[in-house]
Amino acid sequence: MSLKHKDLTGIASLNADEIMQILETADSFKEVTGREIKKVPALRGKTVVNLFFEPSTRTRTSFELAAKRLSADVINFSPSNSSVVKGETLLDTARNIEAMQADIIVLRHSSAGAAETLARGVKSSVINAGDGWHEHPTQALLDLFTLREKKLELKGLKVAIVGDVAHSRVARSNVYALTKLGANVRVVGPPTMMPACVERLGVKVYYDLDHGLRDVDVIMMLRLQLERQGRALFSTIREYSRLYGLTPERLKLAKPGALVMHPGPINRGVEIAPEIADGFSSVILDQVTNGVAVRMAVLYLLSGAGN
Amino acid sequence: MMTGEKKEKLVMDGSEVARAVTRIAHEILERNKGTHNLALVGIRTGGVYLAHRLVKRMFEIEQVQVPSGDLDITLYRDDLSMRKDQPILRKTTIPFDISDLKIVLVDDVFFTGRTIRAAMDGLMDLGRPAEIQLAVLVDRGHRQLPIRANYIGKNVPTSRDEIMQVFLEEEGEDDRVVILKDAKEAQEPAGGAP
Repeated sequence: MSLKHKDLTGIASLNADEIMQILETADSFKEVTGREIKKVPALRGKTVVNLFFEPSTRTRTSFELAAKRLSADVINFSPSNSSVVKGETLLDTARNIEAMQADIIVLRHSSAGAAETLARGVKSSVINAGDGWHEHPTQALLDLFTLREKKLELKGLKVAIVGDVAHSRVARSNVYALTKLGANVRVVGPPTMMPACVERLGVKVYYDLDHGLRDVDVIMMLRLQLERQGRALFSTIREYSRLYGLTPERLKLAKPGALVMHPGPINRGVEIAPEIADGFSSVILDQVTNGVAVRMAVLYLLSGAGN
Repeated sequence: MMTGEKKEKLVMDGSEVARAVTRIAHEILERNKGTHNLALVGIRTGGVYLAHRLVKRMFEIEQVQVPSGDLDITLYRDDLSMRKDQPILRKTTIPFDISDLKIVLVDDVFFTGRTIRAAMDGLMDLGRPAEIQLAVLVDRGHRQLPIRANYIGKNVPTSRDEIMQVFLEEEGEDDRVVILKDAKEAQEPAGGAP
């Protein structure tokens, strides 16, 4: 069986088997990233373009490293030093990049649906590295990979996703991915940060963190987007932190040995206490390590189908 | 096998496979003057099982456990950029440093030599072995690269478009090597690469 997609625009368009195939392929690449020579020739001669319209260090570096470890050529393209400031549209920019024989375009954009639009407009494979509040599929895949690596059975796993669910593409992709693989997902956050009708995605909603954490195997904390503070979603950072911050006392409400995840960058002392972020239940840095292997798997699987 | 059954021509039966493995085990020990600095690496999937059998045989002969590993050559194939769908990737597991060891690569069918080229490139990325040798269960000819085997179970003349398949007990089959007459009904050979 092979991944029969040209693009990866979201988890919503994948089925459980396809998700598992990506995770199993990433297993093999994890071995490669542990070698002394962390490079294989699988994508030799292919060109990967990182097209990032939003600032990102982790994701862009992770994709760049993944592509380089597969021996692809990588170009980083960011709007500050490009013709985008001169008024060129996204599609025109991408077509120009494609005209230079790019095989895979990795796109981050502030508008939901940007990756889908691009995927329809170009022949190159498009990987969504985050589009607005919509999806961030490789983040969800690396989260699942990390859970599996920690020997957790995804079916029946109790996961709490905590924070600004409405504005989080990480939350949306993870809800799709986890529910497709049979996990029990709950979302926890203040009503102002909860999307309307979120129950339709097959999750339970909690507005109280202490209730939401009870008995869970995994806690996924979302980053509080401090840049949204002016939008009256919460009154003060201190209040948010008191109500929705993960503290050692609250962690005790979860199952013993529960794992704590965070997509980064973390706001220490806001959504997560420093002693938890650095503690033994945290797998935050494993997530970063696994991101490279998972992105290698996605690049590898998509590089075949586009021909 | 369903309809293909009557069309398969037996090349080696179970006892022939067993004798070939025993002979190759002796030949490896003879050529390398024992097991010092020796390690086996099986190429997925058939070669892995054969490597394990060789390790077992060599233990029975010398009472020494020769280290062995599994190599997946998928990422080193020379046809990756030409394929529409990427082949399934399996894991490489070589739990020792191959540098300065004498490595015996083990595969089931020796055909064009492209798999072995890929395997050698894969090994070189893991370290610098002192020597690489090659053991195969069957050699069916039609080399496309200047590569030869050091240990051969059986030489079998074939035509280019015939499909040769090795069945092994580890995969729930009776040990045997067959040539499938009707290529359309044949599965992909265990070695994967052409």
